[in-house]
Amino acid sequence: MKKLLALLLVILLMVPALAMAENVIKIGVFEPQTGENGGGGLQEVYGMRYANQVYPTVTIGGEEYKVELVEADNKSDKTEAVTAAQSLISSGVSVVLGSYGSGVSIAAGEIFAEAQVPAIGASCTNPQVTLGNDYYFRVCFLDPFQGTVMANYAFQSGATTAAVITQLGDDYSSGLGNFFLKAFKALAGDAAIVSEEQFQTNQTDFKAILTNIKAANPGVIFAPSSIATAPLLIKQARELGITAPIMAGDTWENGTIIENAGADAEGIVLSTFFDDADPATEEAAKFIPGFKEYLVSIGQPDVIPAVSALGYDAYLVALKAIETAASTKGADIQAVLPGIAIEGVTGAISFDENGDAKKDMAFIKTVKDGKFVFLKTVTVE
Amino acid sequence: MTLTTFLQHCLTGISLGGAYALIAIGYTMVYGILRLINFAHGDIFMMAGYFMIFALASFPWQIAIPLVIVLTFLLGAGIERAAYKPLRNAPRMSIMISAIGVSYLLQNLATYLFTALPRAYPEIPFLKHIFRIGELSSSLVTFITPILSVVLVVLLMLLINHTKVGMAMRAVSKDFETAKLMGIRINTVISVTFAIGSTLAAVGSILYFTDRMSVTPFSGTLPGLKCFVAAVLGGIGSVPGAMVGGFLIGLSETMLVAFGYSTFSDAFTFLLLIIMLLFRPTGLFGEKTTDKV
Amino acid sequence: MKKGIPWIATLIASTLLIAWLTSLEANKANHGMLISILQKSVILAVVACAMNLLNGFTGLFSLGQAGFMAIGAYVTALLTIPTKNLDGVYYMNGIAPSIKAFRQWLDTAPSWVAASYPYLALLIGGLVAAAFAALIGFPVLRLKSDYLAIATLGFSEIIRAILASPQLDTVTNGSYGLNKIPGFASILSPFLIAAVCIAIMVLLLRSSYGRAFKAIREDEVAAEAMGINLLKHKAMSFVTSSFFTAIAGGMLAMFMRSIEAKTFSISLTYDILLIVVIGGIGSMTGSILGAFLMTASKEWWLRFFDQPLTLWGWEVPFFRTGLRMVIFSLLLMVVVLFYSRGLMGSREFNWNFLLPETWKSLLKRLPNRRKKA
Repeated sequence: MKKLLALLLVILLMVPALAMAENVIKIGVFEPQTGENGGGGLQEVYGMRYANQVYPTVTIGGEEYKVELVEADNKSDKTEAVTAAQSLISSGVSVVLGSYGSGVSIAAGEIFAEAQVPAIGASCTNPQVTLGNDYYFRVCFLDPFQGTVMANYAFQSGATTAAVITQLGDDYSSGLGNFFLKAFKALAGDAAIVSEEQFQTNQTDFKAILTNIKAANPGVIFAPSSIATAPLLIKQARELGITAPIMAGDTWENGTIIENAGADAEGIVLSTFFDDADPATEEAAKFIPGFKEYLVSIGQPDVIPAVSALGYDAYLVALKAIETAASTKGADIQAVLPGIAIEGVTGAISFDENGDAKKDMAFIKTVKDGKFVFLKTVTVE
Repeated sequence: MTLTTFLQHCLTGISLGGAYALIAIGYTMVYGILRLINFAHGDIFMMAGYFMIFALASFPWQIAIPLVIVLTFLLGAGIERAAYKPLRNAPRMSIMISAIGVSYLLQNLATYLFTALPRAYPEIPFLKHIFRIGELSSSLVTFITPILSVVLVVLLMLLINHTKVGMAMRAVSKDFETAKLMGIRINTVISVTFAIGSTLAAVGSILYFTDRMSVTPFSGTLPGLKCFVAAVLGGIGSVPGAMVGGFLIGLSETMLVAFGYSTFSDAFTFLLLIIMLLFRPTGLFGEKTTDKV
Repeated sequence: MKKGIPWIATLIASTLLIAWLTSLEANKANHGMLISILQKSVILAVVACAMNLLNGFTGLFSLGQAGFMAIGAYVTALLTIPTKNLDGVYYMNGIAPSIKAFRQWLDTAPSWVAASYPYLALLIGGLVAAAFAALIGFPVLRLKSDYLAIATLGFSEIIRAILASPQLDTVTNGSYGLNKIPGFASILSPFLIAAVCIAIMVLLLRSSYGRAFKAIREDEVAAEAMGINLLKHKAMSFVTSSFFTAIAGGMLAMFMRSIEAKTFSISLTYDILLIVVIGGIGSMTGSILGAFLMTASKEWWLRFFDQPLTLWGWEVPFFRTGLRMVIFSLLLMVVVLFYSRGLMGSREFNWNFLLPETWKSLLKRLPNRRKKA
């Protein structure tokens, strides 16, 4: 009986050992899949999952490792973000990708740095994410750049006055709004910002602030906000008889906005990271048809969101870094990341001293006949 | 601020107040009869929003609106039967915890069934028709909300003051025990109260959400609490009081946001409540009784 | 049981607990989940006990817990975020120069003083909340039952709005919240702080004040007739409860590492109420037990409800995100409607529970009680 028990025990112990026989490296996916930014975060995750499908393995020191994505939902909430980050760390990830929404990335940045796990942001555009954090990198452009681009565009298209609407407590929205404000003042003079309004997270009634804006009669309205907020804001503005063009940043490039705002979405202007009509690199030419197929296979419309492309690129950067470092240890990967350069879907990616991608091109799009239409690319020195 | 802007703010505020008034009546009537803050009332209002989303997906609005009202009414009456009736003789703290529990349950149930992401509220075409008076511009719903609430309140007053059920309701709210001894069927009266409250909440929800275009499982929490404050402000137990309270809160909230104090718009409501409780606990229209506060 | 035995048993039990916690700590990487659940449970246990002190023992139905926790959390965060990180945290609006100067002055203290800062910060957070409670207590405590509940709930919302207001951007960082809060040095410290807090509350309840509280709960008029000063004792219970609630709030900030005003919304109060009700209103043991059970089931044991589950090729229906919370709320309703006494009723833990005789007598009493119910 004792022998039998011993045998059983040995077998039981063997089972996990057998499962572990294959070399596995874990990459954390730190994204909001629910909450305010759940929709956008999920699109970024799709990009990463697809990348994992295309490149399922990585070679470390001559040995082939299987890449396993560990997903943690940060629920678009700064406190949940810390919990999610801790759970990723305790599941032993080597690198982390994400997150959509700068606020959660800032909140969790310290946790990753303390655990010496490098994080590669895909679409978090706030400067604060990487500033003073040696472990945070990102593959997209920054808000000062994006804000300037939109201010330039607004000024060039003839607007001499502007109103800015931002979301209180949202690092992305307030940050981008601020940078737009500065850039537009520099272009059109200090009096050019005729109205500055703020709203709260989960607010659904914008009539009061929009009434103030209507009274100020701006040439253009800049309202960086989440996908959930955008259609409400657009529709209520039109309802109040505001005719000024409404502009925003990268978050607005999302089909649900057109779906929910309907005809009122016509004419909104936004800047984004990527345009699938014009593949910039070889990787992009390969990615566009493949990812469209993937989107259809999971029941999504075959329009490529820019954040999916960035998610894909972030994954590629992580793989390259792991290969270069020839190690699964976070600290080793972090050491080589500043020197990594790849040809991604959204263009060439290499990092500056802050860990930000050196990117100097934005794509401006508008909505026409219920579709996002490419307007022009803008570069700022 | 120009006159037009001011008038536009007033319109927004009065419209919001109209919707609040309809919800506040539910609180005031239930409290008047059961001495219970029906914490779940705001969530019933939220559920009515979801009912509308699904009703309008399969029916034209002429059928959908009555359907939503009936469903909400059933929900309200059902909650009373399941969660409040068994505790009629329990300590007041238990009934309150039960009410909080129902509110918690409805929110979590909505999160489970419909996810926490905001759902777009369907448009009822004629309500969304854009309407202009001079410089004022808004959809029709903004204009009709206050009118409809006043009409409904007048109808409700007629019901309370001139029908037998109304008399029974007044009797129960004056003195629960004596009314029982006089042969009034307490349970019927309570059910009718919940039914009226839920029906008005359903109407309020249609008006409120048509204007705001999206519903989440938590959209009922704050409006619910604010409407309770409105009911206290107007004097709990008083239907016209609840209406006035609703309009007051709607207007003051909109004005605070308009002047750039949006963070304080919710806090102000509670401040109003606390001041009211401390200095005039019977509210603006409430009757003086000894044991209410 | 002999007189000395409970003491020895308590001593042995706490030594075992400390040994177990230390061994967990040593093996942090493998027990990350367990450690964070234990920390969260012990923090919630403190709030639950504080809420029970007020709601269960004094009979004052207050729903202001989240607000007092927010005060504790913000004070603790303001005092413990490393000075070098302050500019990063307040990058959006800058920090008030006076706070920064104060923090720099604090940093000049000798290192042995600096080591006690986290504890001091918790204590100061508690004191600030207690002062605030005393301030609002005298007017608010005149209100009865549901009016008291809604007024305290209102105060909690007002505190939240003030903390999040743009006018206080340079102090509380407005609605952006505070982050980079240092965590606990060791898993033992939250347990130690909680043990001290709960012990003080239990001692207070066993004193003559505690008996006065219970008298007020049972019958205010009778209590007053017995010569108990109603307002004084109510205020005392309210202030003490707020003090410990705020300490737990500070611990929560240290546990979460990042806080914002949104964290302290009404639903946090409801969660604590749930723990108190399930543990048993009027039992400290129940609250502690409830805190551990609820947290463990919420964050760990019942997680599987939220994942799609396939058993032998058959996909179990209804298993998806959100089911866990529905089951929780149903559980609460069942307890409220059918087992209004909760897990412990008003009984407290006592080593006699472990003796077979106690169980026999309990079992004997069981059928009788059923008949009564």
